[in-house]
Amino acid sequence: MPERGYYGQFGGSFIPEILVATFDELIQAFEEAKADPGFWKAYETLMGSYSCRPTPLSYAENLTEHFGGARIYIKREDLNHTGAHKANNVMGQGLLVKRMGKSRVIAETGAGQHGVATATMAAKFGFDCTIYMGEVDVQRQRPNVFWMERLGATVVPVTEGTRILKDAINEAFRDWVTNMDDTHYALGTACGPHPFPEMVTWFQSIIGQEARGQVLKETGRLPTRVYACVGGGSNAMGVFSGFLDDDVELVGVEAGGRGLDTGAHAARLASRDASLGVAQGYKTYFLQDDDGQMRETHSVAAGLDYVGVSPILSHLKESGRVRFAAATDQEVVDALSLTIRKEGLIPALESAHGFVQAFKEAPELSRDDVILINQSGRGDKDIFTVADAFDDPNWRQFIRDKAEEYDAR
Amino acid sequence: MLAETLRARRQEREILLMTHIVMGYPSFDASLRVVEAMVEAGVEIMELQIPFSEPIADGPVILHANQGSLQAGSTVERCLTFGEEVARRFDIPFLLMSYYNILFKYGVEAFAQRMAEAGLAGAIVPDLPPEEAGDYLAAMAAHDLATVFIFSPNTSDERMARIAAVAQGLVYCVARKGVTGADTAFSDELDAYLARCRTATDLPLALGFGVKDRADVDFLRGRVDLAVIGTQTIRVMEEQGVDAIKPFIEGLRS
Repeated sequence: MPERGYYGQFGGSFIPEILVATFDELIQAFEEAKADPGFWKAYETLMGSYSCRPTPLSYAENLTEHFGGARIYIKREDLNHTGAHKANNVMGQGLLVKRMGKSRVIAETGAGQHGVATATMAAKFGFDCTIYMGEVDVQRQRPNVFWMERLGATVVPVTEGTRILKDAINEAFRDWVTNMDDTHYALGTACGPHPFPEMVTWFQSIIGQEARGQVLKETGRLPTRVYACVGGGSNAMGVFSGFLDDDVELVGVEAGGRGLDTGAHAARLASRDASLGVAQGYKTYFLQDDDGQMRETHSVAAGLDYVGVSPILSHLKESGRVRFAAATDQEVVDALSLTIRKEGLIPALESAHGFVQAFKEAPELSRDDVILINQSGRGDKDIFTVADAFDDPNWRQFIRDKAEEYDAR
Repeated sequence: MLAETLRARRQEREILLMTHIVMGYPSFDASLRVVEAMVEAGVEIMELQIPFSEPIADGPVILHANQGSLQAGSTVERCLTFGEEVARRFDIPFLLMSYYNILFKYGVEAFAQRMAEAGLAGAIVPDLPPEEAGDYLAAMAAHDLATVFIFSPNTSDERMARIAAVAQGLVYCVARKGVTGADTAFSDELDAYLARCRTATDLPLALGFGVKDRADVDFLRGRVDLAVIGTQTIRVMEEQGVDAIKPFIEGLRS
């Protein structure tokens, strides 16, 4: 019987019988790829020629001066093709899809980053592509929908449930149970049934492998602390993977939304509001009520707006290996603003969560310390959301004028 | 126990009917009237679904019913009370159907105990494969409750045998890929699959997913022991009202 992917008490594979054979096939393809050194080599070559790997490590000299504590380094996943670490997982799964001989990929997306990355992969490899996206997210991320459609994907707005990321995952599963013979579900994060948490982490581990070598080369030492935002957990697992066996403190930062005491957040591990449950095929901490019904979540960053969290991160929290914090929407906007001004870098709202916690802790460390922040994605392409988060009056006027221009046609 | 009951009923009829409702949709009053109509129309066994916010195996109709029930304020406790009420009042076996998180959050042992006290016959949990079902199997066995598992067309013979080893009461054979409620082409192509199911277990076989009218039920005579009518009765209720349910069910076999 295939291994079912447990990390302590978390993980597993809670899937309908109709999908069992499909998961067995996927597990086998993944195991073969892992055992084949040529596969990882091909993956690195692809990411070096099509994306921007290895992504650089940037020394944030001005921020370091500003806080007067630890030296701050930033891993630039925003420089991947399509603008986020999502490309790592998607291109890796694309290579697997080719190995399995399937011709269609489907995916869920929240902010739209994973959807754009999947549609890009499908265009490059010649796969048919359908992206499921909550209706609420379609409305707040229209530019990403525009690009997915240009890339040839069919974008299906999900009108069920809370109409955000988790509902898009449910719809993708419903498509998969019907079309699994020719279709692969390219799940975007380190959640879901086995082998997804392990497989997505494996592809994303390229971040941590590179970052460890780069920090060592640049500073002659390992970082004191590593910070990453946590939605499903794929960029965090990616960068943490490089340091799990080192004496390096790992810090995951979740969406604190309007504040942990308001209930309007998506902090599963940093708040007391989540409890152990089983949904979307795996066991982890979920934001749910006493009956086990999933609750509504909130974040300024659509990509962190999710009820569950990687079972691997739940395990690392329980074992004490990773510490978790939360950043509020307001703190995120402030940290983003500071980073843009001081460094000329524009992290995505998701990534800016990691910056918030790093900025809180940098002053308490000394200049001998090095801290590493994973900038998982770029924010400039989410201009509509970021402009709203900054509440920019000139941007609002521009949109009004643009609307009038369209109306006049 | 459940298997014997069904086998006895099967001596009297060529095909048995298992029907399904989502409890509390659109209201518990309506649910009670639907159960009453179904029992009067002669169904042999019923599935009572406790709504869940993430029903990944269900199609649009049952998904909406889950959401409608939750929006109307359904709780797990209210559903269990309803289950107890109908199990005491009507002389057919009732199964609970829900997703595993509902049982898990309640406490699997406490849930099984509550089911037994309520006079319910067993449960179907579509996102709980046998490999993950250790606690559930122990708790259900301790309270003499049937653990209904699922076969699908792409379940291997070897796996069918493994599932059959832990299945109790009946085995639910999914007719095709996909979610509940979509059309199924009932043709001889099903025969090879159903023959594999028959070889794998002596338990009564129920076939569901897409069974919607008398022609479908007629096709299943002699092929399986029970026809499962799920989505279609919700459609009938939504389009024609609760009063249309009894004639609809009666028309499936008359």
